[in-house]
Amino acid sequence: MIEVKNLTKSFADKTVIQDINGVFEQGKTSLIIGASGSGKSVMLKNIVGLFTPDSGEVLYNGRNFIGADRDTKTDIRREIGMLFQGGALFDSKNVEQNVKFPLDVLTDMPEDEKLDRVNFILKRVKLENTNKKMPSEISGGMQKRVGIARAIVNNSKYLFCDEPNSGLDPQTSIKIDQLLQEITDEYKITTIIVTHDMNSVMEIGEYILFISNSKKLWEGTNDDIIHSGVQELDDFVFANKMMRKIKSLG
Amino acid sequence: MRKLGEYVLFLGALFKNPESFRTYAKLILDECILIGINSIVLVSIVSVFMGAVSTLQTAYNLVNPLIPDNVIGLVVRDLTILELAPTITGIIFAGKVGSSIAGNLGTMRITEQIDALEVMGINSVSYLVLPKIVATLFMYPFLVILAGTLAISGGFLAAKFGGVLAPADYFIGLKLEFNTFSVYFALIKSVVFAFLVSSISAYMGFFTKGGALEVGQSSTRAVTVSCIAILLSDFILAQLLLV
Repeated sequence: MIEVKNLTKSFADKTVIQDINGVFEQGKTSLIIGASGSGKSVMLKNIVGLFTPDSGEVLYNGRNFIGADRDTKTDIRREIGMLFQGGALFDSKNVEQNVKFPLDVLTDMPEDEKLDRVNFILKRVKLENTNKKMPSEISGGMQKRVGIARAIVNNSKYLFCDEPNSGLDPQTSIKIDQLLQEITDEYKITTIIVTHDMNSVMEIGEYILFISNSKKLWEGTNDDIIHSGVQELDDFVFANKMMRKIKSLG
Repeated sequence: MRKLGEYVLFLGALFKNPESFRTYAKLILDECILIGINSIVLVSIVSVFMGAVSTLQTAYNLVNPLIPDNVIGLVVRDLTILELAPTITGIIFAGKVGSSIAGNLGTMRITEQIDALEVMGINSVSYLVLPKIVATLFMYPFLVILAGTLAISGGFLAAKFGGVLAPADYFIGLKLEFNTFSVYFALIKSVVFAFLVSSISAYMGFFTKGGALEVGQSSTRAVTVSCIAILLSDFILAQLLLV
């Protein structure tokens, strides 16, 4: 479980996230949603430690990440897997080397065990027989799946995804969403996904935290979201014609 | 001053939370190939022509009948060892390797590959930059020795085929009043230049912000600053060690 308490972050004189609280439970896909520039990616980067918040706490199963010493931070970080918006695969390494990378650097596992683990994970994300392909030789959706494989190969307890569906067609997006939900449930991972994709919200949003103008305006599930009563959230959710039609149907 | 402070902190981060020796050994070997072996052709071509042209131009300028021809060999030798091999090769090296280091790290930064390392708990400065600096420190002195040898050989070829002096005179000149400290001086310079090029280029690339345009700007800036640093340190080292 990840608990965020009173998280605040500013850049120069602009407050990007202000006093945000939230509890992201183990085995659930939690979504941070909001319009572009609302501060959701900054919030994610504060949670994983890529930014240091001005104030507040981030607790990983009770361990405060922000004020922790270097060893504790390293321990927590080694339990984290992250899928970046563009995949962030290492260009100079092939699929197998990319997925094996956390095992190479973070473990003393024998080489054959590492390869077994890599093949198992690649099979899990439905990427068999792509081991020797370079990132530039595979599609965007496949790159995302390699990114997911790399994020979970080391038995990560926490999985973070920054806009996992950006640049993907709707069908591939749904497949990625389903894969993330399956993995979360199967390995009992605490998963946090930053997105503004309403398909993802409706498909896998077991816990949703809505940010607007740097502040948390709403939290709940995908069942509750269309009846939130929050104007900013309604503007966000019912931005397109189809969603408005669904709302009018009740 | 702020940039200088950042640069010093960046160098300090090289040694924080390091990975295992085995990890570095493999990375250093890879970088030695990328940085050193892949530069051999360019350095060789430039060095041969540098030595040949130095011989022709020295011969062109030394027209006084009272100065023996073998002085041309001496001038080319000292010019090569003291300046051409370490410094001019350094500037070429900054153009080739410095821009490559900055471009590589800049691309990794804007495509979030560096963030991916940080999230895994890996010290990205130590993991990505330290092997590049160590490999450069290993390989650049070898490139300077190669450049010096080939430049002097180029001078010989110019003497033989250009007809400006007898090859025997060139050899006599090469051995005339040879001071071994010149070689040590060249090697000291090569280590300093290697450190400057690799660390400055890595710093420029590592802190790239923006997109593809900024990666290009970082590479250009890395070459410019590296060249200035080489020339400045060249003067300081000459002042300290030769005067």
